[in-house]
Amino acid sequence: MRLFSTLLIGLSSGAIYSLMALALVLVWRSTRVVNFAQAGQAIASTYIGYLVISRTDNYWLALPVALVAGALIGALVDVALIRTLNKRVKSGPAAEMAPVIVTLGLLGLIRSTVGMIWGGDLKAYKAPVTNHGFTFGTTTIPFSPYNLLIVITAVIVMAVFSIIFQKTNLGLSLRAAAFQPEIARLAGVRVDLVRTIGWAFAGGAGAVAGVLVTPSNSLSPNSLDLLLVLGFVGAVIGGLESLLGAAIGGVVLGIGLAFILEYVSTSLAFPSAFIVLILVLLIKPSGILGKKGGRGA
Amino acid sequence: MSAPLLSINGLGVHFGGLAALSDVDIELNKNEVVGLIGPNGAGKTTLFNALSGLVSCEGNLELEGKSHEWPQPNELVDLGISRTLQGVGLFPDMTVLENVMIGATKFATGGLIRSALGLDIRTEKVLRSLAMDALAKVSCTGIADRKVDSLPYPTTKRIAIARALVSDPKILLLDEPAGGLGAEDIEWMNSFIDVISNRCSILLVEHHMDVVMSVCDRIYVLNFGKLIASGTPEHVRNNPDVIEAYLGSSAGKQ
Repeated sequence: MRLFSTLLIGLSSGAIYSLMALALVLVWRSTRVVNFAQAGQAIASTYIGYLVISRTDNYWLALPVALVAGALIGALVDVALIRTLNKRVKSGPAAEMAPVIVTLGLLGLIRSTVGMIWGGDLKAYKAPVTNHGFTFGTTTIPFSPYNLLIVITAVIVMAVFSIIFQKTNLGLSLRAAAFQPEIARLAGVRVDLVRTIGWAFAGGAGAVAGVLVTPSNSLSPNSLDLLLVLGFVGAVIGGLESLLGAAIGGVVLGIGLAFILEYVSTSLAFPSAFIVLILVLLIKPSGILGKKGGRGA
Repeated sequence: MSAPLLSINGLGVHFGGLAALSDVDIELNKNEVVGLIGPNGAGKTTLFNALSGLVSCEGNLELEGKSHEWPQPNELVDLGISRTLQGVGLFPDMTVLENVMIGATKFATGGLIRSALGLDIRTEKVLRSLAMDALAKVSCTGIADRKVDSLPYPTTKRIAIARALVSDPKILLLDEPAGGLGAEDIEWMNSFIDVISNRCSILLVEHHMDVVMSVCDRIYVLNFGKLIASGTPEHVRNNPDVIEAYLGSSAGKQ
């Protein structure tokens, strides 16, 4: 029972890491930018969700509002900053570094702006379902209806992404633009627009991750920083290029951490996440799940 | 006589101080197959790149008699121009059908947002059937669901052509369609070019002289970025400048 319960808890936290990993991979694939601002975009969206909850007390309204806000913020970041930067700095080391540094700066900017608007103190809101674990006979396991909600929501988001990427013309354009933008352009794909849509999808996924994770923590301008790092670990395990890899990478990480927390030591859990990050990059930079040079959907 | 489909005047492309093309004039008429030949580095592919917006250039461009800005890469298809690439340029991880469907994007009427919301199942069907039609033209419908990286090279060349044809272009730019092919496939390509020249005009860069001489109505010869000759295959074949350019370059290589 303990084993099973740990697995479920790991699945629940892993689902959130997967969403963040997915967001990072979407941006990386579409524009080759390592987006540190993803945590900032997600925190801004989560605060907007918090605003909705504190006004209406309705989590089910807050989630889609945050998702749309996240998508809009993502699109805005691409159009206002990344696209402009790519046009101005076309080659040389600055062309690769500048957007990454800009996202780092943007992370700081969004955090402090959010702090100015809502204050730096901790906020909290409740999940729409109880966080009290399921009970089987006389045993209560840590896995709760709230955890189940997280898993279901993440699965829905990923299923929608998977359908879009595999079955629609937009998905085809997104994949083509990620693979070889020049060839996609020549074939008539509006690569700039498609990239912005990639950023919007990423923003939406990050926002959902933020709104889902916050009831179990609390909300402050930097409360999603750890999630960003764990999202990177998940993305790296998955090979950075693959959406499926990101989803699996996040879940693998979540389950791994849950087992270390439960069976080894609380203080070792997060250091081991970073050790995994470094080891994967050292030993198999294409990711445990990534294939060489491959960029599947 | 009506205005040529494509008319390029005084085309120049410079990389730093080096003139890759200078003062090149090219015309392409309706249903014409025009060859662009010359030794390596003569500027043939550069001309294609200039016309596809991949390199910046100077000079005038006229389409069907109307002066036009040099297009951006993603405007090409909308102008009725399609091109294939020397390195095939397919998406290896995608299926044959998906590769061809990308070329049909301009027919996606519903827009990307509708497509994202799954409101556009009809458009998906239309694109799919257009892509299947294009694959039928190159006799590849049987492999529509295969991944491109599992296919032999000559087959990928056919798929690249299907992707260029699916947008129903008025002008088809073929970059070395016979390059890397064996005798049998070259034979097929020859007759295929003949067939599709009834539907569109073709500008062709090619090293295989047999192909060029047999399919082209007219030929332009480039050397060191300049036009050195143009005319019918017969005329070009006997031009002393052309003979010298080719002999000179092959002698230089050995």
